[in-house]
Amino acid sequence: MELYSNPKNVGSLDEKDENVGTSVVGAPSCGDVIKLQIKVDEEGKISDAKFKTFGCGAAIASSALITDWVQGKTLSEAKKIKNQDVAEYLSLPPVKAHCSVLAEEAIEKAIENYLSKKGEETCKK
Amino acid sequence: MNVYMDYQATTPCDKRVVDEMLPYFTEKFGNPHSGHALGLRANEGVEIARKKIADLIHANDPREIVFTSGATESNNLAIKGAVHYYKSDRKKIITSAIEHKCVLETCRSLQSEGYEVVFVPVLSNGIVDMDFLQREIDDNTILVSIMTVNNEIGTIQPIKEISKICREHGVLFHTDAAQAVGKVEVDVADVDLMSISGHKIYGPKGVGALYVRIKPRIRLTPLFSGGGQERGVRSGTLAVPLCVGLGKACEIAKNEMHQEAERLTEMKNHFIGKILSRLEKVYLNGDREKRIPGCLNFSFEGVEGESIMLGMPEVCVSSGSACTSASLEPSYVLKALSIREDLAHCSLRIGLGRFTTFEEVEYVSDKIIETVTRLRSMSPLW
Ligand SMILES: Cc1ncc(COP(=O)(O)O)c(C=O)c1O
Ligand code: FES
Repeated sequence: MELYSNPKNVGSLDEKDENVGTSVVGAPSCGDVIKLQIKVDEEGKISDAKFKTFGCGAAIASSALITDWVQGKTLSEAKKIKNQDVAEYLSLPPVKAHCSVLAEEAIEKAIENYLSKKGEETCKK
Repeated sequence: MNVYMDYQATTPCDKRVVDEMLPYFTEKFGNPHSGHALGLRANEGVEIARKKIADLIHANDPREIVFTSGATESNNLAIKGAVHYYKSDRKKIITSAIEHKCVLETCRSLQSEGYEVVFVPVLSNGIVDMDFLQREIDDNTILVSIMTVNNEIGTIQPIKEISKICREHGVLFHTDAAQAVGKVEVDVADVDLMSISGHKIYGPKGVGALYVRIKPRIRLTPLFSGGGQERGVRSGTLAVPLCVGLGKACEIAKNEMHQEAERLTEMKNHFIGKILSRLEKVYLNGDREKRIPGCLNFSFEGVEGESIMLGMPEVCVSSGSACTSASLEPSYVLKALSIREDLAHCSLRIGLGRFTTFEEVEYVSDKIIETVTRLRSMSPLW
């Protein structure tokens, strides 16, 4: 509840920054959209994470929690975060499980996006 | 402090209603179907109540009022009862896409019995497509069931015109008037069957009534087998205190309806004006004019309905968004209006009623503006 009414990490990062990975998951017509961004430092750790969410309180709280948890983690550590952990931490009822699934998906996609950006660059070099 | 603005879900019982009911729990406890003194006293209470209900809806004969357990039962009894009684002649039932679940599900259950059911669509303003109805109604149609006022968006259907079309084809016309009675004038001259609910009109929960026309007599196959009370249509000992309460609620509504409608209209206009002037991209769902004053339904682009509710937990309103229900499907009523699908998730229903004050209207509109603004700042769609 606190995470919903006073969420940390709301906002966005510069999408064009090569160290930023961005993901948008969900669809407005389904009632949930999460836009999530991570910034990765030289050591491969997540130095910042921001989100914007359209969805119910559970979706907002899940995004807030997950962007908090990934801070300071390496990408592989961040990937290990499971939606069950989020749902458990927030005591989400079963019907709200998909809201946390969406947050997990958002992190994964943001990491993928970051890696593909990096990948392209190495090729160019 | 909680602020209640969900008068379509239910209403508090008026104190005057409660006072009228109380003696019927204790000293006037008799079974109204008994022939002795105490039975007669209970029966007297029931019959006075029946008369008050009849008066509100302009029924000529109180015997046309059948007590039920609520509008859900009234709708089941009216539709199943009529269809089962008149089935040998005709096979088709026409209803609308935005009926209450209890009407839709009743029709679906008849569909599975082999009847043909047609769901008339609504136009984007929430009013039934009359051309469609005109095309579908035919000599094979038993019954048309279309609600007087919709419970989610508050739109008022053109009952008189529908009535005319039904009469031309000799088709029975039932209307679910649970959200209309006591709020706008309704007249049973237009219909053959009409459903009423107690708890939508400041009466008790668990009681309702069905108007069943006597001239010409409409026959119904009862839902329950039993002692044959209520002229054989609805067996079971009457819930006397509840019947008395429903009667009193109807009496109060008759006396105060017009004055109350004026007050609510003023509050509604203020509410709409304030919200639309202070927030961009807000849409009022349902026809602007053809609606009851006490029901507002807005879509706030970019923010999900349930998250707005969570942002103002002391305000009791309702959301048509998927997220409040287990189904995760947004409201079928809003979908039927063919509004953009994302907007169906962004809706809030605000119900004003007898005990709503101007201070509450100010408070809730301020809260909504504040919460929507905050949530939009964190929405990826804004
Ligand atoms: C239009 C409409 N019909 C029927 C009902 C059901 O009424 P009841 O609760 O009395 O069964 C409701 C209320 O939920 C309603 O709004
Ligand atoms: S976002 Fe729809 S239920 Fe959570």
